[in-house]
Amino acid sequence: MSTPNNWITVCSETDLVTNSGVCALLNKQQIALFKIKSANDEQIFAVSNWDPIGKANVLYRGLLGSVQNAKVIISPLYKQRYCLESGQCLDDDAIKLIVYPVRIEQNQVQLQLVD
Amino acid sequence: MSNLINLHNGNNMRIVVVGNGMVGHHFVDQLIQENSADNGTQLDVLVLSAEPRLAYDRVHLSEYFSGKTPEELALTTPEYYQEHNIKFAVNAKVININKLAKSVTTEAGDVFEYDKLVLSTGSYPFVPPIPGNHQPHCLVYRTIEDLEEISASSAVSKVGVVVGGGLLGLEAANALKEAGLQTHVVEFAPQLMAVQVDNGGGRVLRSKIEALGVQVHTQKATQSIEAGETCRYKMCFADGEVLETDMILFSAGIRPQDALARDFDIAIGQRGGIVVNDQCLTSDPDIYAIGECALWNNFIFGLVAPGYTMARAAASHIIGGDVTFQGADMSTKLKLMGVEVGSIGDAHAKTEGALCYTYENQPLEVYKKIVVDSDQKKLLGAVLIGDTSDYDTLLQYALNDIELPEHPESLILPAGADAAPALGADALPDTATICSCHNVSKGDIIEAFDTGSCNLADIKSCTKASTGCGGCAALLKTVVDSELTKRGVEVKKDICEHFAYSRQEMFHLVKVGSIKTFDELVDKHGKGLGCEICKPVTASIFASVWNDFVLKPDHVSLQDTNDTYLGNMQKDGTYSVIPRIAGGEITPEKLIVLGQVAKDYKLYTKITGGQRIDLFGARVDQLPAIWQTLIDAGFETGHAYAKALRTVKSCVGNTWCRFGVQDSVGQAIELENRYKGLRAPHKIKFAVSGCTRECAEAQSKDIGIIATENGWNLYVCGNGGMKPRHGDLFATDLDTETLVKYIDRVLMFYVRTGDRLQRTSVWMENLEGGLEYLQKVVIEDSLGLGEELEAQMQNVVDTYQCEWKTAIENEQSRKRFRQFVNSEESDMNIVFVEEREQIRPATELEKELFIKSKSSQSHSSEPKDTELATELV
Repeated sequence: MSTPNNWITVCSETDLVTNSGVCALLNKQQIALFKIKSANDEQIFAVSNWDPIGKANVLYRGLLGSVQNAKVIISPLYKQRYCLESGQCLDDDAIKLIVYPVRIEQNQVQLQLVD
Repeated sequence: MSNLINLHNGNNMRIVVVGNGMVGHHFVDQLIQENSADNGTQLDVLVLSAEPRLAYDRVHLSEYFSGKTPEELALTTPEYYQEHNIKFAVNAKVININKLAKSVTTEAGDVFEYDKLVLSTGSYPFVPPIPGNHQPHCLVYRTIEDLEEISASSAVSKVGVVVGGGLLGLEAANALKEAGLQTHVVEFAPQLMAVQVDNGGGRVLRSKIEALGVQVHTQKATQSIEAGETCRYKMCFADGEVLETDMILFSAGIRPQDALARDFDIAIGQRGGIVVNDQCLTSDPDIYAIGECALWNNFIFGLVAPGYTMARAAASHIIGGDVTFQGADMSTKLKLMGVEVGSIGDAHAKTEGALCYTYENQPLEVYKKIVVDSDQKKLLGAVLIGDTSDYDTLLQYALNDIELPEHPESLILPAGADAAPALGADALPDTATICSCHNVSKGDIIEAFDTGSCNLADIKSCTKASTGCGGCAALLKTVVDSELTKRGVEVKKDICEHFAYSRQEMFHLVKVGSIKTFDELVDKHGKGLGCEICKPVTASIFASVWNDFVLKPDHVSLQDTNDTYLGNMQKDGTYSVIPRIAGGEITPEKLIVLGQVAKDYKLYTKITGGQRIDLFGARVDQLPAIWQTLIDAGFETGHAYAKALRTVKSCVGNTWCRFGVQDSVGQAIELENRYKGLRAPHKIKFAVSGCTRECAEAQSKDIGIIATENGWNLYVCGNGGMKPRHGDLFATDLDTETLVKYIDRVLMFYVRTGDRLQRTSVWMENLEGGLEYLQKVVIEDSLGLGEELEAQMQNVVDTYQCEWKTAIENEQSRKRFRQFVNSEESDMNIVFVEEREQIRPATELEKELFIKSKSSQSHSSEPKDTELATELV
């Protein structure tokens, strides 16, 4: 359903911090952006910055990690873990983050907004 | 006026227990277990106690003075008795036994019938018949009520004397000393603890106790107590000398409380005590006596463990079991005013042909003696002063008739080339008693394993081992560990799914492998991407070993948010700002800067417990500018966000205070500046008090320092917080150089060996060998690590940098303090309201109302600064 036209550039790739997070503001939505780099690959993730349990805009300041094979972001407030691929909270089935499609295009970080 | 109270419930046996001391309660506990066992027997139990409260721990009575409440000393509660259908009455002194009608009568006139009567009336303190001994402030030491009186008397006294230098007398002296009195012990015999300790041991014990500030007077017979000149009283001794004192505490031995039995024709020994047989039955076939009121084989047992055995024997006989009392070992190990004392079996070498080996170390004031039989094959007895680490091993040799090694002296010589290895758990027979309070043998522990227990905690709750006096804790752990190893159980200490290592092992891997990045560590020793556990641990280890800037690109991804943003994140995502105020000393100029910053940025201001000032409510994007101002004014980071040295609290010291004996503020500032920035398994707090009044509360800190006339006393591993623990006195009268050396070593040893998030207090509790072991490592350098630990600390000290200064000087790290990479806006969700003239985070409801009112306003007004939604309050 998405076309090449609705990708929105939010920042430069150099604004990202390797293995850590930053936050972008897009259409009043706060979006946490993460770059995970390991020996042989590099991945960018974008999820909602709102911590639904801590009720604050802080997820980009959490720690990155892994639970078994899932890459996770860990809330800096109360340490719940969220899968970066699905947004699912691993500590509470009822809670999910919004996951945004994200890509690097000509050294720019681009996002698609979701409803 | 007597009321007959009938407890009879069908055919149940009625048991009346007179007295609810430790032994009486233990007896009741045996019956509770019998009642809850599924065997059809039901017993109606009634407890009558003359004291106003149910059983409490008299062994640890002196802890009342170090802050334990009667509730904490209690061994049981009314609820526990009610729950198990134990009827009880307190303030119910029994004054009559009718053996024919089988009933007892209390002072209040209540009559209770029994099928079996158990006398557990204990003992009373012997007060020597000295003229003047019944005046006010002449007290005894036995019950909580006695302690309350002592406490009240201490408050209006300066000098206190304990009459009696036995075990209880020294306990009592400790209580007076804790209460702040100038304390004396007066003993009739030529030495202290003459029952348990020989002459040589008595001499060393005296010297150690005097070094603690208690004056000991031996061979003194008090003849009268008269009005004093400088104090309330004057004690006049037979040798013509006098001693002025405000209060006197008699602790000259105990006498069995046998009056009731005596009055109603139950057989009594020549020198008192209710005569009992191996079943603890008295001369009446339905009346038992247990504990300190009972005389078995012409002997009164004044310790709790034999009393418990008597309780079990009596309970067993009542329900048809076959447990008997066969006498008891009177060996004892205890700490008196921090002085370790141990006595086993024939301490005075009275056995015919007995031979002794003695070791004495005068500089350290350690005395050890063993008594062996004429063949030098069996251990008969031992005396240990100043170091009881050999006690468990020696006791097992003595109790189990284990054959001695070829050179028995090796058992007490200091650990070194010729020392014998400690007797391993495997060498003990299954019959060996591990816990004498609850009569748990090694066999019982093995059985508990066989029936499903699988760790130390299980074993403790299932066998009750080590839940009495706790003296066998180390031995129990050895037995449990050995049993676990035998069963092939491996105790896992993995910190998380990414690393199969303990923090200590990871520390070692980093140091030995010269590993400097997380990627390298995962690559070589772990898996996955890490998590909130292993990443901060690694960051902390890197900081301790290499002390790099925590926000270096290699390390930044490892830090918890507090370390990444160099502040403590609050519930709404804002941060608190706490600059260092070393020792709590601050100039008016700096105080004004703090006030100005708080005012400019509208921050909530509060004084912390560590004598500094906390500014709350700073948004992440405000932090660099706030810190720029602070650093320009001469402040530096306070590390309040880090698992690191926090504060060194101090009292004002002898510079100003009339009572101070050293410059505690100066010392606190020196120490804070030395150790600031030291990363550790958990936060570390210090305090320095300028005199023994301890206004800085140093004993509740990880490192506590209290000034003395001659230098500094060092306390370690104290804690306030969730589980308070008084620091252990580690060394006394140190000069500053030695003080710093010891602190370097203690802290670096903790940094190396502590578990993740383990405070020093818990670390100490888990350290095998405890305080003594740590003293050996640090003071005697038993591991040969001393210089290495100091060098490592020096490296941390030399490479210190203010993280905030480095962070704001570096453009890359300064960029991290942005809410958005693509906008200068602030986080709209951060909303404050006003309360008591300062800000606080708005509640969810307040925020909703606020955001609604904002959106109804014109769109042109862009939110500028943090909004103060004061209109909502």
